[in-house]
Amino acid sequence: MSTATTNETQDLAPVSADSLAALLVAKERPPRPSAWSASLTFGWRAMLKIKHVPEQLFDVTAFPIMMVLMYTYLFGGALAGSPKEYIQFLLPGILVMSVVMITMYTGVSVNTDIEKGVFDRFRSLPIWRPSTMVGYLLGDALRYTIASVVMLTVGMILGYRPDGGVGGVVAGIALLIVFSFAFSWIWTMFGLLLRTEKSVMGVSMMVIFPLTFLSNVFVDPKTMPGWLQAFVNNSPVTHLSSAVRGLMAGDWPTAEIAWSLGWSGLFVLVFGPVTMRLYNRK
Amino acid sequence: MSQHTAGLAIETAGLVKTFGETRAVDGVNLAVPAGTVYGVLGPNGAGKTTTVKMLATLLRPDGGEAHVFGHDVVREADEVRGRVSLTGQYASVDEDLTGTENLVLLGRLLGHGKKAARERSAQLLEAFGLTDAAGKQVKHYSGGMRRRIDIAASILSTPDLLFLDEPTTGLDPRSRNQVWDIVRAVVAQGTTVLLTTQYLDEADQLASRIAVIDRGKVIAEGTKGELKASVGAGSVHLRLRDAEQRPEAAEVLRRALDARVQPEPDPVALTARLAAAAGDTAAEQAARALGELARAGITVDNFSLGQPSLDEVFLALTGHDTHESADDANDEVAA
Repeated sequence: MSTATTNETQDLAPVSADSLAALLVAKERPPRPSAWSASLTFGWRAMLKIKHVPEQLFDVTAFPIMMVLMYTYLFGGALAGSPKEYIQFLLPGILVMSVVMITMYTGVSVNTDIEKGVFDRFRSLPIWRPSTMVGYLLGDALRYTIASVVMLTVGMILGYRPDGGVGGVVAGIALLIVFSFAFSWIWTMFGLLLRTEKSVMGVSMMVIFPLTFLSNVFVDPKTMPGWLQAFVNNSPVTHLSSAVRGLMAGDWPTAEIAWSLGWSGLFVLVFGPVTMRLYNRK
Repeated sequence: MSQHTAGLAIETAGLVKTFGETRAVDGVNLAVPAGTVYGVLGPNGAGKTTTVKMLATLLRPDGGEAHVFGHDVVREADEVRGRVSLTGQYASVDEDLTGTENLVLLGRLLGHGKKAARERSAQLLEAFGLTDAAGKQVKHYSGGMRRRIDIAASILSTPDLLFLDEPTTGLDPRSRNQVWDIVRAVVAQGTTVLLTTQYLDEADQLASRIAVIDRGKVIAEGTKGELKASVGAGSVHLRLRDAEQRPEAAEVLRRALDARVQPEPDPVALTARLAAAAGDTAAEQAARALGELARAGITVDNFSLGQPSLDEVFLALTGHDTHESADDANDEVAA
C-alpha cells in the first residue's frame, strides 16, 4: 500500500474550481447537532476504528477467555472442590474483573489520540464539549458487550448455569456496562493528564490491580483479616460483582445494585468535570 | 470591552501567550478585514501557530483581547466556533479513517443529516479530485492529497473565516500551486482566510495584507507593495566566466546600481541587492547592470533575478536572520 502513496501527486485529478465555487455558495449552516447526536457520531468514529483495525478486539476476546480458563482451573479444585463447581461462583465475578480491567485501554487510546491534529479540529467545532469523550466510552461499551458475551459463552461451555435465565444475565451485563462507562472517566482523566502512553499504562495498572483483586471476585471475604475486609467489603468492585452475581442467579439484590449505581454516579460527577477541565485546557 | 470595528473579521489587541518562561506571543495587534486573505508571515517559532490557536479558541490567551466577527474568543468561544474552520499545520483529519468517513463524520458533527453529509462529502471529494481515493485511509494519502482532504473538511459548512496554518509546508511545487488555487476559489466566495506561512512568495501570491511576525511580535504590517518596498526590489545573482574579474565586476555593479554587492562562496558568483526606491523596476536595473558589465569587458555566464526572500525581509526588518528565532521559541510548544 505504501508504494501507492509516493507518486500520486502527478496522477491526482485537478481541483475543479467551478464545482468548488458551486459548493461554497451554500452559505446556510444546518442547526447544531444535539449533545446526544454528537456523542453518537463520535461513537460511530470509534466503531470505524475497530473496523479498520480489528486487531484491537484482541483484548476483548482472547484476554477474557484466558481469564476464565486460567482462574477456573487454577483455583477451582482447591477452593470449591472442582472447577465445575467453582465456575458457578466465579463467572460473574471474573466477568466484572475482566471488563473493569479492559476499561483501562480507554486512557491509552485517549492519550495517543489527543496528540493528533484531528483533535484541534474537534475542539474548534461548535458542539457539546464532552461529546468527544462520551463517544469514546460509547465505542468502548460495545467492546465490553463483546467481552461479556465471549466470557459467558466460555463459561457456559465449562458448565456455568445462570439461574436468573436470559433476563438475569442481560440485567447483570447491563449493570456492568453502566458501571464501566462511569468508571472509565478515571481513565479519560489520566489519558489527558499524563504525558506518555507508558505512564498512562503504568498508573492504570497501579489502580486496577488492587481494585479488582482486593474484592470478592475469587473468594468470600470472610476468611480475610479484618482490615482487609474493611476495604474489600466497601470496594465498588465488590458491590458490583455481588450485584451481578445476584442478578445472574435470579435474585434482585437491591442494596448492591444501588451501591453499584451510586459509585457509578460518583465517578461521573467527580472525574467527568476533571476530564472536561483538562480537555479544555489541552 | 474594546470597541469593535465594523468590517473586521479579526481584531486583536495586545494578545499574549506564555509557555513557562517563553513569551510565544508577545502583544500581537491584528486587524483583518473581512472577505480578504490576510497573510501572517514568519519563521518557525515566531508565534504564528500559537496566535491561530488562540483565535480558533483552542488556547486561552494569557493577556490582551481577541475578537472574531465581534465575538470575544474566550467569553463567546461557542459563537466563534460556529463561524470559523481550522486547517492545522498537521493533518487535521483522522488518519485511520477513509476520506469519505472523515468528511461524513465532520458533516454530521456540523449538524448535517446522514444523507446530506454523504452527498456533500461526495461532492467535495469530486471537486477536490479525490473521488478515487475516497475509500482509502487518509494515512495512505500523499502530502498533496492530505492537504486537499484537510481543506475539504474545513469547508463542509462554508465558514465565514478559515484558518490555514502553513498549508503548503512540505509540499512539492505542483501540489502547492493546487492548494493556492483552492484558497483563491474559497476567497472568491466571500470567506475570509487567515493564512500563516514561512514563504514570502506564498503570502505574495495569496494575501492582500501581510503581517510579519517574529519572536511573538508583529514587526511589520501592510499591503504587499508596502512590505516589499521596505525590503528592496530584489537581487541580481551573477556567475562570471573568470573568477579574477569578480572584484572589478563588484565595483561596476556598485557604481551602476547603487546596490550592496556581496561575493558568494562560489568564487565566480556574486549577488547585488537592489535598492527599492531607484525608480526603475528590478528588471530594468538588471538590464542596465548587464550592459555596464559588457562594456567593462566582463563575461557573464549566467544571471538570475531574485525576489526578496523571507531571509532578506527578516534581515532588513530585524537585523537578524530567520534561523535565530527558531531556537528560543518553538511553535510546537503550543500543541
